[in-house]
Amino acid sequence: MKQLMLGNEAVARGLYEAGCSVISSYPGTPSTEITEYASKYDDMYSEWAPNEKVAMEVAIGASIGGKRSFCAMKHVGLNVAADPLFTVAYSGVNGGMVIAVADDPGMHSSQNEQDSRHYAIASKVPMLEPSDSSECLAFTKLAFEISERFDTPVILRLSTRIAHSQSLIETADRIVPMQKEYIKNPAKYVMMPAMAKARHVVVEKRTLDLVEYAETSTVNKVIMNNSKIGIITSGTSYQYAREALGDEASYLKLGMVNPLPIKLIQDFASKVEKLYVIEELDDIFETHCKKIGLNVVGKDIFPVIGEFSQNLIAQKMGAAINDTLSLEETIPVRPPVMCAGCPHRGMFYTLSKNKVMVSGDIGCYTLGAQAPLQSIDTTICMGASISGLHGFNKAMGEKGEKSSVAVIGDSTFMHSGITGLANIAYNNSNSTVIILDNSITGMTGHQQNPTTGYNIKGEPATKISLEKLCEAVGINRVTVVDPYDLKRCDEVVKEELAAEEPSVIIARRPCALLKSVKHKPALHVVNDSCKGCKSCMKIGCPAISIRDKKAVIDKTLCVGCGLCQSLCAFSAIHEGEEA
Amino acid sequence: MNSNNINEVKSIMIVGVGGQGTLLASRILGNAILAQNYDVKVSEVHGMSQRGGSVVTYVRFGKEVCSPVIDEGQADIIVSFEQLEAARWLKYLKKGGKLITSTQKIDPMPVITGAATYPNNLIEQMKEKGIDLVAVDALSLAEEAGSSKATNVVLMGVLSNYLDFEDKFWEDAINQCVPSKFLDVNRKAFTLGEMHR
Repeated sequence: MKQLMLGNEAVARGLYEAGCSVISSYPGTPSTEITEYASKYDDMYSEWAPNEKVAMEVAIGASIGGKRSFCAMKHVGLNVAADPLFTVAYSGVNGGMVIAVADDPGMHSSQNEQDSRHYAIASKVPMLEPSDSSECLAFTKLAFEISERFDTPVILRLSTRIAHSQSLIETADRIVPMQKEYIKNPAKYVMMPAMAKARHVVVEKRTLDLVEYAETSTVNKVIMNNSKIGIITSGTSYQYAREALGDEASYLKLGMVNPLPIKLIQDFASKVEKLYVIEELDDIFETHCKKIGLNVVGKDIFPVIGEFSQNLIAQKMGAAINDTLSLEETIPVRPPVMCAGCPHRGMFYTLSKNKVMVSGDIGCYTLGAQAPLQSIDTTICMGASISGLHGFNKAMGEKGEKSSVAVIGDSTFMHSGITGLANIAYNNSNSTVIILDNSITGMTGHQQNPTTGYNIKGEPATKISLEKLCEAVGINRVTVVDPYDLKRCDEVVKEELAAEEPSVIIARRPCALLKSVKHKPALHVVNDSCKGCKSCMKIGCPAISIRDKKAVIDKTLCVGCGLCQSLCAFSAIHEGEEA
Repeated sequence: MNSNNINEVKSIMIVGVGGQGTLLASRILGNAILAQNYDVKVSEVHGMSQRGGSVVTYVRFGKEVCSPVIDEGQADIIVSFEQLEAARWLKYLKKGGKLITSTQKIDPMPVITGAATYPNNLIEQMKEKGIDLVAVDALSLAEEAGSSKATNVVLMGVLSNYLDFEDKFWEDAINQCVPSKFLDVNRKAFTLGEMHR
């Protein structure tokens, strides 16, 4: 029976059917749901790891232990896991090992637009790229076969449109291969120079074998229609091209995007009059085609930036598209905002008021950079808030130390904040770090982490104490505050900025969207008391707006957190329903 | 529309504000389509944009669907949960397409901070453009059904008037997608939407 399934869910189904046994990941949009869905199958062990490097190393260990293993991450997560990737490429596998990486062309939820195909080339690891949910399932299973046949990890590359689109799939039963015997083999698994030199030779031979495989495998498909136009493409770009050009073009759809075939491409090129390469982001296929002597049209007409679409391809190829309708009116943008009742809001208000430089990080709280709070000064990557602040203060000296902080979430702190904090203590910068502890991994949709006390299945787990951890790395001043308590937040921020040693402030209150969080009834504004001073507007709460020069609270959004109340000098905001 | 002509791909967009329940609406629609043996693709937005931002779900079905997304000028029907979002995504509507919008207004942050103003009379402006538009106070109908959260299902009820699906496909889809304790409210919400023509 056909089912409608999200690309990510189909990858999880593929893991199940392929008999995968150990799964370790760190959440990251658009890859998160793979591991969430995988965790629903009791026949597979799954976990959230503190970061992608740990997750990949867990998968490597499980593979060496003889079972099929898997890890998933977003494109920037692969940067974190690049270290083990480049060497597991040498050691190879025992049980099959697959790494899913989800790119985000168009940056729906990311800080850069990197093309992870470069990693497959650089690490000399084969990479498959599905173009719908059905291929997500099939390619996941195929990836394990390739992994074991060629003794290599295999990367499964997704993009936002494949990961987060539902299409039809058909399921099959789970078949678990026999666990491979673990045999001590330092020449294969101990990558020190003497052994690694020998393994590099193996890797180069393997790449040649994989090219041979790519020449004939059904993973790469030729669809011959009109021979005037030939298109080389993959993934979601294939779908856009098919929609834009239909049977007016012939297609070479690459399911294996590294290594690339040579004869197959040359043969396809010889059958068409004009050859185009349609690939989102960088010019990987195009460069390969040019290297093997083919004349192709690629990035001279198609953009390197952003997502493609059927209209974009039609236009670039000179085909007509439909007219559009629009109003003359300017439509205001609607950027994402921190939710009503978000515990981060109080701390950002405090920081904004105190005019401190804020070294920011990756999570919901990155939204603190936007108006009206405009609190965050920098955001680079996971963990960079803390280490970046230390560098900033080494450059700025005492002036910086007295007027700058780092903000980082609980999950991000566990991911890669701890080492930065150890560096602050060890190399003695008088820096102030604020851990915005909302007791969950928020932005990616509520995943557990080592500080929440629960595992991926929601079962009780060891709960790491942030206070003790900070003390253990050498921070003597650790203070916990409730970010709803604006007065206390202000006092503590002032005290810790003034302090003559490094300090950590833990602003602790669970995410307002968690089901376990009980809310107070919505607040309301007493119209006669409101002077229209807009003090309550400074916190950027989506539940408050101004109508006829008076503040109004949307009762469907307000969760009664009371932040606006503490800002109102005229006591115009009251609890409970309007009288 | 004529559901017998399965050679043609039908494109429906569901747009709104993050947190309004557009994902559940697209799940229900996707399931109702699936039961009729069409090829179908549903594309959603997760992560950052869900936090009160402008959100869109694309639903496409027919004999064979290629692209999971709908491009400008391609939507047969747009279902909007909010007026400003209807205006924002209008350029995706095909000429002669239908726009169903809730009359609800939600101020975006630039309007809240005073950096922008919420345009007046958006529904009238769109009607003046000759757009085939159905405006419905879905929030009030949802409250009448028993929960303001059922706005999404009210709008699916309105949509059902313009899709040639048998009732049982909608009923089954709601049963599959809505937790059993909210079924009564949502069934009522769907019926109230269906009655709005």
